[in-house]
Amino acid sequence: MKPTHRESLRHIVLLLPALTIFSAFWLLPMARLVSVGASGEMGVSAYWAVITDPRYFSSLVSTIVLSATVTFATIIISGITGMFLQRNHFFGRRFLLATLTFPLAFPGVVVGFMVILLVGRQGVVGSVTEWLFGEKLVLAYSMAGLFLGYLYFSIPRVILTIMAAAEKLDGALEEAARSLGASPWQVVRDVMIPGLKPALISSGAICFATSMGAFGTAFTLATKINVLPITIYSEFTNYANFSLAAALSIVLGLITWLALALARSMAGSTVAAAA
Amino acid sequence: MDNNSGNPAKLNTVGIRLNACGKTFPDGTRALEPVQLEINPGETVVLLGPSGCGKTTMLRIIAGLEQPDAGGQVFFGEQDVTPLPIEQRHVGMVFQSYALFPNMSVAENIAYGLKVRGMAEVEKKQRVVEMLSMMHLESFAERRIDQLSGGQRQRVALARALAVRPRVLLLDEPLTALDAKLRESLRAEIDRLLRSLKITAVYVTHDQSEAMALGDRIAVMEKGRIAQIGSPREIYYRPATRFVADFIGSMNRVQGMVDGESLQLPSGLLRVGPRVSNEVLFRPEDVRIVSNGEAQLQAKIVSAFFLGDHTRLILDVGNEQTITAETVDRREFKPGDIVPIAVDSEAILFLE
Amino acid sequence: MKRSLRFYLQLAFTVVVCAFLVVPVVLSIMAGVTENFFVGIKSGLTFRWVVEVWTLYNKTIFLSIGIALATLAVTLLIGIPAAYVLARRQNRYTRWIEELIVLPVAVPGLATALALILLYGQFSGFRISWTFILVGHVLFTLPFMVRSVLAVMSAIDLKTLEDAAASLGASFTQRFFHVILPNCRQGILAGALMVVTLSMGEFNITWMLHTPLTMTLPVGLADSYASMRLEIGSAYTIVFFIMIIPLLVAMQWMSEPAKVKPRFLS
Ligand SMILES: Nc1ncnc2c1ncn2[C@@H]1O[C@H](COP(=O)(O)OP(=O)(O)OP(=O)(O)O)[C@@H](O)[C@H]1O
Ligand SMILES: [Mg+2]
Repeated sequence: MKPTHRESLRHIVLLLPALTIFSAFWLLPMARLVSVGASGEMGVSAYWAVITDPRYFSSLVSTIVLSATVTFATIIISGITGMFLQRNHFFGRRFLLATLTFPLAFPGVVVGFMVILLVGRQGVVGSVTEWLFGEKLVLAYSMAGLFLGYLYFSIPRVILTIMAAAEKLDGALEEAARSLGASPWQVVRDVMIPGLKPALISSGAICFATSMGAFGTAFTLATKINVLPITIYSEFTNYANFSLAAALSIVLGLITWLALALARSMAGSTVAAAA
Repeated sequence: MDNNSGNPAKLNTVGIRLNACGKTFPDGTRALEPVQLEINPGETVVLLGPSGCGKTTMLRIIAGLEQPDAGGQVFFGEQDVTPLPIEQRHVGMVFQSYALFPNMSVAENIAYGLKVRGMAEVEKKQRVVEMLSMMHLESFAERRIDQLSGGQRQRVALARALAVRPRVLLLDEPLTALDAKLRESLRAEIDRLLRSLKITAVYVTHDQSEAMALGDRIAVMEKGRIAQIGSPREIYYRPATRFVADFIGSMNRVQGMVDGESLQLPSGLLRVGPRVSNEVLFRPEDVRIVSNGEAQLQAKIVSAFFLGDHTRLILDVGNEQTITAETVDRREFKPGDIVPIAVDSEAILFLE
Repeated sequence: MKRSLRFYLQLAFTVVVCAFLVVPVVLSIMAGVTENFFVGIKSGLTFRWVVEVWTLYNKTIFLSIGIALATLAVTLLIGIPAAYVLARRQNRYTRWIEELIVLPVAVPGLATALALILLYGQFSGFRISWTFILVGHVLFTLPFMVRSVLAVMSAIDLKTLEDAAASLGASFTQRFFHVILPNCRQGILAGALMVVTLSMGEFNITWMLHTPLTMTLPVGLADSYASMRLEIGSAYTIVFFIMIIPLLVAMQWMSEPAKVKPRFLS
């Protein structure tokens, strides 16, 4: 056998285990999911149910609105915090940075619990408002709680991405703009935001996709919040409506995948999904 | 495989023969036309040519890192090694980027080829010490690769390739990554090594002075072909093609009207001997500045560059033709001056 | 140095953001060791919740560790060779493959889990075993391992190093273990930490795949949040923190001196 053929063969053999496992346990099941989605009494039109059925449509819209709002808020909050931590060195900076990395590894359920401790029935915010105004502020078991939860797991990721990108930003550009008389706000608008754009787009897309598909947080807070993952879950477990759950999860998967693919083509760099 | 580990003192070097070795890459690039090349045992052949002419490709075919197109064959001595992958060819190879293993120390790098051959520990140690001293690397044995300078890395790469006592040594632009001074001293070291080991070596470079200094023979390559192969002198004094003439050293080219045994130019008559052509070539160092009596041409200086050991003159010989002359004359030449020059007819070349 | 007003405003904002992240963590730690959280610290400190968690849920801890290690073993075994081929052959097909294996991360875990159940749920032996969860975790973590190793492999000139080893007579196996693996250990280590951390915390897929007998730590957490008193949930969360802190510290430590970060972390 020719050495080049031997090498090709070797490469195929080395790829095979990963490809086999991936095909057997992801591609095939996904194909099954797609076909189950079209196998219910509605047939292929189950895929349109998410638009035509007001129940699912409202669920879709609220999920998208929530995820977009979270993304927007996260980018602004993380942008300010990340740039600040990157540019300034002061006593306690390392501590603040450490508090940012810790929640990175929290699963959605833990994040949900954090929100409960913060603004739940026995939460600290409720106690403070009760003491101040005689009334408990309880947000946890609603969209507001979900919003806080998604912020909770998005902020650390986006801050770290922005800091890494800001580190690579050429400081001379900023100085050049200032030497030309640009105000701090103009420097942010004309130099920093354009320089950080790829990082902002990619981390924004990851934030959006993660929020769209997040299940653990909503599950912990309340199984009655009307977001798509919860809807899918209850269709599947409570109503045993497999085909609709399948169709909805395919739609959801397409949306998150599309958001990431779009961001990647815009940012021109690798946008990987997040945990 | 290791047919000489029994006698570590002797290098079992072999000649190399390429038989109709062409190379077309999968993307359709024709990197090498089918070439024929015979390298004698112990000989150093330099592959010289401009970027992209196929030098590396040819070297990699010899090494076994690349397969020749169907029909091509590579022989080491009498053995057809075409089907063998590189790890079974018993070659030594020095890479342009050195390719030293970052996870191993200097000594471990040098010992690696011996380790994979399963050589006994004692013998291996001894061989490594021998190689370290041959390359003056004794004090660096335990260093990590990233703690070495470029020149030291180069010597480790050589030591590593030679430690296994390869049948042939293949070097791909081993000095290109170094600065000029270091390049010259290492070139001398490599020369000494190749002579003393009497190993068959193929050396790729695009630096012609390196080629001249190291090669027993030089193969000048052009667009995947060997344009000429011969000793440095042959290549320099008797270039076979216009490409070789232009690529090696610099060459003046003058056209004029044939007038008996001379070429007629506005600045005078250039004597070219019995064989005449309306275009002749000669090297800058063959242009002599002479007394008015001996002068063939009266050339006007366009510019003069004093370069320390010699002066380079750009001379106008008429008909908008300029030639370059190099002289060790200590005079101060000024643009606009007229200088009488002559070229010996033996130094004149004709090319079709 | 005199700081501007802008500095202090930004600092205040940053502190508020960090407080948002850290206050609930502190609360949960407090709640986990307080006799009665509703009454407050004055009700006394106790370890009884932690002990109770241990008796109720210790199986989930061992199962999570076991699944994380098994996931690590599988991703190492199949991920490193795959990353090697993806690094060595960069063409249309390998780019597709690279795209494909990231899909389980790009698509919500719920979808992956549903798909697995619909196709393999009928094989009840498989369905109720911990390996069913293992499959989900491998799918979800494999891209992190592959990317992390691939990043390091692309940064070094792998092909030339391998050519050099081959020129010295090394067979493929020798090259792989002597040259390729040692020079990628940064990426392998970073990928391994990532895989273990993600597997320990995975919930979205696991919740759908688990059975009462195959409860992992995050599944147990969800269970305790829903059905136990707040103090037990908190104590259980403390246990989770204790388990991931070493992993996080190791990841931090890895990403500092050498500049090789897994591409996914951010
Ligand atoms: N793997 C490959 N696939 C396609 N084309 C290739 C490949 N390797 C080399 N080539 C092409 O083959 C030709 C010869 O390449 P080669 O590397 O042999 O040139 P070279 O003489 O060594 O040049 P240099 O002095 O720049 O190193 C070039 O046109 C190059 O682009
Ligand atoms: Mg080359």
